[in-house]
Amino acid sequence: MIRVVLPTHLRKLARVDGEVKLHVKGTVTQRSVLDALEDRYPMLRGTVRDQVTQKRRAFVRFFACGQDLSHEPPDAALPEAIASGTEPFMIVGAIAGG
Amino acid sequence: MSGVRVLVGTRKGAFVLTSDAKRERWDISGPHFAGWEIYHLKGSPADPNRLYASQHSSWFGQIIQRSDDGGRTWHQPGTPPGEPTTTPDGMPKGESNKFAYDTSAETGKALTTHQWYDGTPHPWEFKRVWHLEPSLNDPDTVYAGVEDAALFRSTNGGRSWHELAGLRGHGSGDKWAPGAGGMCLHTILLDPRNPERIFTAISAAGAFRSDDTGETWRPINRGLHSLYIPEATAEVGHCVHRIAMHPSRPGVLFMQKHWDVMRSDDAGESWHEISGNLPTDFGFPIDVHAHEPDTVYVVPIKSDSEHYPPDGKLRVYRSRTGGNEWEALTKGLPQSDCYVNVLRDAMAVDSFDSCGVYFGTTGGQVYASPDGGANWAPIVRDLPAVVSVEVQTLP
Repeated sequence: MIRVVLPTHLRKLARVDGEVKLHVKGTVTQRSVLDALEDRYPMLRGTVRDQVTQKRRAFVRFFACGQDLSHEPPDAALPEAIASGTEPFMIVGAIAGG
Repeated sequence: MSGVRVLVGTRKGAFVLTSDAKRERWDISGPHFAGWEIYHLKGSPADPNRLYASQHSSWFGQIIQRSDDGGRTWHQPGTPPGEPTTTPDGMPKGESNKFAYDTSAETGKALTTHQWYDGTPHPWEFKRVWHLEPSLNDPDTVYAGVEDAALFRSTNGGRSWHELAGLRGHGSGDKWAPGAGGMCLHTILLDPRNPERIFTAISAAGAFRSDDTGETWRPINRGLHSLYIPEATAEVGHCVHRIAMHPSRPGVLFMQKHWDVMRSDDAGESWHEISGNLPTDFGFPIDVHAHEPDTVYVVPIKSDSEHYPPDGKLRVYRSRTGGNEWEALTKGLPQSDCYVNVLRDAMAVDSFDSCGVYFGTTGGQVYASPDGGANWAPIVRDLPAVVSVEVQTLP
């Protein structure tokens, strides 16, 4: 089970509290985690990555295990601690004004 | 008519203000979608309980929200809470936020660039929905004006959107350039007498008209004169801020341009200036009285770099002659030290016998006049910066 931490605004959109838990088939990557997230919560389509290009939105970051994974290839395997559910995959809104 | 509902979009959420026909005591609900930019909310003329809202964030992009109960509850079309996340035939929902430019050969041209601020080619990139215009007779049909400028239509209550690509593809799209606020399609006027006629306006491209329900388009900017483009009378490139019409006379259009207040008596074929005795002809909103087709309202702003009223006095100007002769309306409005702006979508009228006029400011005030502009009072004073104001006169 993959644990995902959403920013407040996206938790409200998805109408969830706390962490989201997702089943991910195959290798756990950014893409497979986001695919699973959007399958489970389709109202989040377009909020983390662009609906058309599928690129990460500019003010969204991906943190996990004390690392910034925002610029890792979307199909690269995420750390084992994410895949095992020991650590959460954190989707974070960049701190830029607001 | 039982009452009035004022729909207010702000930089940090939406607010719904309601009152009875006296328009003296107001109930305030909100913020809805707290923390998000709400560029526009508007109700369906065919069903006053059907509202659409454009919710946006620089972080998380564009969300379309819909209410079917007059703004008490909201959902993203197609994904109400508790419903399955796929359609019966297995298709994923969540398409209500998807605005994909149409570049197919069938719809004209694979238009890929417009002009950037410096005149160089720049790719089209969807950023946000500026304006939602529900159909006059079908609650499930709604138009969306977006940045980078394009027109989309939904015929299923906002569940999915399709571009009317003939607007970008008619031939001048590669010459459009952004205004200071972005390259936005901000005005959509539906002709109540000719269901096939649609007017749009784009900053900074100009006004456009379709006579076949949005399939084909042409610029309607003859008579506009703009000194910030290489050729002052060019076919496109004009920074139109807002267009308004009276529903009983849809061939007469009023325009607030970047500079100049303009009028057309032939559905946009030609325009002439009606700025007359205004203290400045820069401004953003323009609107028409509900029952007097020649009574027009504007809010003069000092200049294109000083976005506040001249002399620190917030004055609505009214012409009862269709332009040229303007009177200042000041009673109840601050007449000293006022430095707010009134944005292009932030003025509206109701249709009570005594026409109400409403506008919101970047200082967070929403002012109302229940008597056509003679007397003003704030409904609320301290909202976030107001981006849009729409009014529903309830049956």
